[in-house]
Parts: sequence; structure tokens; C-alpha cells
Amino acid sequence: MIIYGVALLAVSSLLGLVLGDWLGALIGVKANVGGVGFAMLFLIFATERLQRAGKFPASSASGVAFWSAMYLPVVVAMAAQQNVLGAIKGGPLAFLAGTTGVVASFALVPLIARMGRPPPRPDDVDAKKNEEPRP
Amino acid sequence: MIEILQQALIKNGLVVSFAAVGGVMWLSYFLSGKLTRGRLHGSALAVFAGLVLAYVGGVVAGGKNGLADLPMFAGIGLLGGNMLRDFCIVATAYGASFADLRRSGWPVVVALFSGVAASFVCGAAVAVAFGYRDAVSITTIGAGAVTYIVGPVTGAALDASSEVMALSIAAGLVKAILVMIATPLVAKRIGLDNPHTAMIYGGTMGTNSGVAAGLAATDPKLVPYGVMAATFYTGLGCFLGPSVLFLATRLIFPA
Repeated sequence: MIIYGVALLAVSSLLGLVLGDWLGALIGVKANVGGVGFAMLFLIFATERLQRAGKFPASSASGVAFWSAMYLPVVVAMAAQQNVLGAIKGGPLAFLAGTTGVVASFALVPLIARMGRPPPRPDDVDAKKNEEPRP
Repeated sequence: MIEILQQALIKNGLVVSFAAVGGVMWLSYFLSGKLTRGRLHGSALAVFAGLVLAYVGGVVAGGKNGLADLPMFAGIGLLGGNMLRDFCIVATAYGASFADLRRSGWPVVVALFSGVAASFVCGAAVAVAFGYRDAVSITTIGAGAVTYIVGPVTGAALDASSEVMALSIAAGLVKAILVMIATPLVAKRIGLDNPHTAMIYGGTMGTNSGVAAGLAATDPKLVPYGVMAATFYTGLGCFLGPSVLFLATRLIFPA
């Protein structure tokens, strides 16, 4: 049933977000640390497990696929509620502070990416490695 | 008549937002095909259209939440709010590869630290260039250039003035919006076409909304990788801002 996929997605999201809040509280910051990232790991882990056991049929998967496909519209809605006016009203200081940082960060991406570029991969070996149980 | 219509739209906010966003998406993909022959992707255009609507909403309603401050479009606030955004982002991870994620481990850590440092230094330098000389203000504005959450969190911890806090949030907003718009334009030049680079990109840019929208407009397949890395950025920034970065700034600009 489609709701099983949606429910699995919901449980993964909640687990991840709570873990992120806990981690934030633990290191004493007022922010969620890695919540969405943990949630993604939970979801990948759970769906891989269930699929291998044959307990995640296409109908369940479509419950996840729907929300994944709703991602862009949600992002458009998110864009539509940004404080664009506030950004513009911040004037030249805010504009320069924001832009220079972005330009510098963009420039860093190819430099750092070169550092850990994975070798051209033999896909099968990796798929096998990936089957080790994870904590 | 009109009043009943208005009431119905307000009562069904989320449903209105589905229709409205669907309309924006259709128009964006239509224009992308007609005007730019697909060179500027429909999704990039849609995000940009969203930002334009946010500006219009901000001017008309005078609030902080763009279009969502108009009662008729309050549903946009729910559809594009943190709850559904995170829910959908997590969903994009379905089908992502564990092996790809793991392989980029330590370069992502490097990306996170250097991304926070680079944005902070740029923001702080601009603050100094504009005449700020006290460590608290410089740190708060620098932290704002990290993300618009790190800015006010740092400012609140350091007891910065509200004027500086506003500037700091504005700097973060400029960053988020610029990342949304610029990512599809520079993607090719920075090699953003594979999961590894997407993770580095997410870790370096860090602004959640910027990365989420920027990658969606570049290549939806890369979204989970970039977002996975970016999700640690704001936390790291909130951690470093009022501590290490403030202390380092105070060394250079002692009170």
C-alpha cells in the first residue's frame, strides 16, 4: 500500500530530525545538526533492507517517489516565501557580504572536489561492499 | 460572490498553493522551451519566478514571508515551509547510493570547514570595509554571510545590536538567493555533474535552501548528495561562530 512508503518516509524523517536536534543540544548549538542527512541515511538503509527482503513492493515505493517528485514544487513554494525584500533592503553591505562569500565558495568547490575524486569505479565491486550490514 | 470566493480560497490554502505552484511551473517550463529553447532550464526559471513572487508579496503585504503573507497564498507557506521541505528532501534520497555517499567522506569535512571559513572571512572583511571595528559586529555580519540562521544565532550569543543582526540576516538571504540563481549558471564551470562534486558543493555552499533549489535547477539526481552534506553546515556554523570565529576576530580587533 502506498501509505506504507509514506509512513516509512515519515518515520525516517522524524528519527533523523530528532537525532539532529539532540546532536545540536549535545554540542550546545541552537540548530539542528545533520537531521536531514541522518533521515536520508535511515531511509536509504531501510528501503535497501526491505527491498532485499522483498517487502517493499512498487506500490509502497510510489509513496516515497511521489514526495520525491514533489520536491521541485516545494522548492518553488519555498522560494516564493523568501524575504527577498529584506535581502534587497540590506543594502550594499549585505549584498557584498553575501556575494563575496558565494563567489569564494564556488571557487573552492573544484579545488576540494579534486582532492577526493574517486577513481573510475568498478561498479560491481562497490555494490558488493555495500552489502555489509551497517550499524 | 467575490467574498465567498475569497473565503473559499483562504480556507483551502494548501490546495490553492498546489494550483498556484503548478501554474508557475507550467509557465516556467513553457517559457523555458519557447524563449530559451531549453537553455535556461524550466526548473531554474521556476525557482526564479518564485523569488520574483516573493518580492511582489513582500512589497504588497509588507511582511517577511514573501507571497505567503498574503492570506490567499498562506498555503504557500505550508507547502514551502520547513516541514514539507525536509520531508521531500529526505524522499529524494530514495535510490541514492550508499557507496557514493561514503566515498566522499573526508573531502566533505574539508568542504564544510573551508566553506564556513571562506564565507565568514568574506563577510567579516566587508563589514570592516564598511567601517565596523568591534569584534561583535564584525563576527555577527561574517556569520550572517555563512547562513541567515548562523548570523542571528551568533549575534544573539554575542549580544549584537539589532541593526547589525538585521544586516547579518540580510547577508545570509543574499547568499541563499544568489546560490539558488547562480548554481545552474556556474554548474558546468565548477564540474557540478556527479555525486562527489555535488557533496563537495553542498558542504562548501551550505545554505540549505540555496543548495536545495540550486541543485534542483541543475540536476535533480544530485539533490540528495548535496543536501546530505549541506545539512551539517548550519550546525557547524552555529558552533564555530560564537566560539572560534569570534575569538579569532577579537584577536585582530581587540575591544
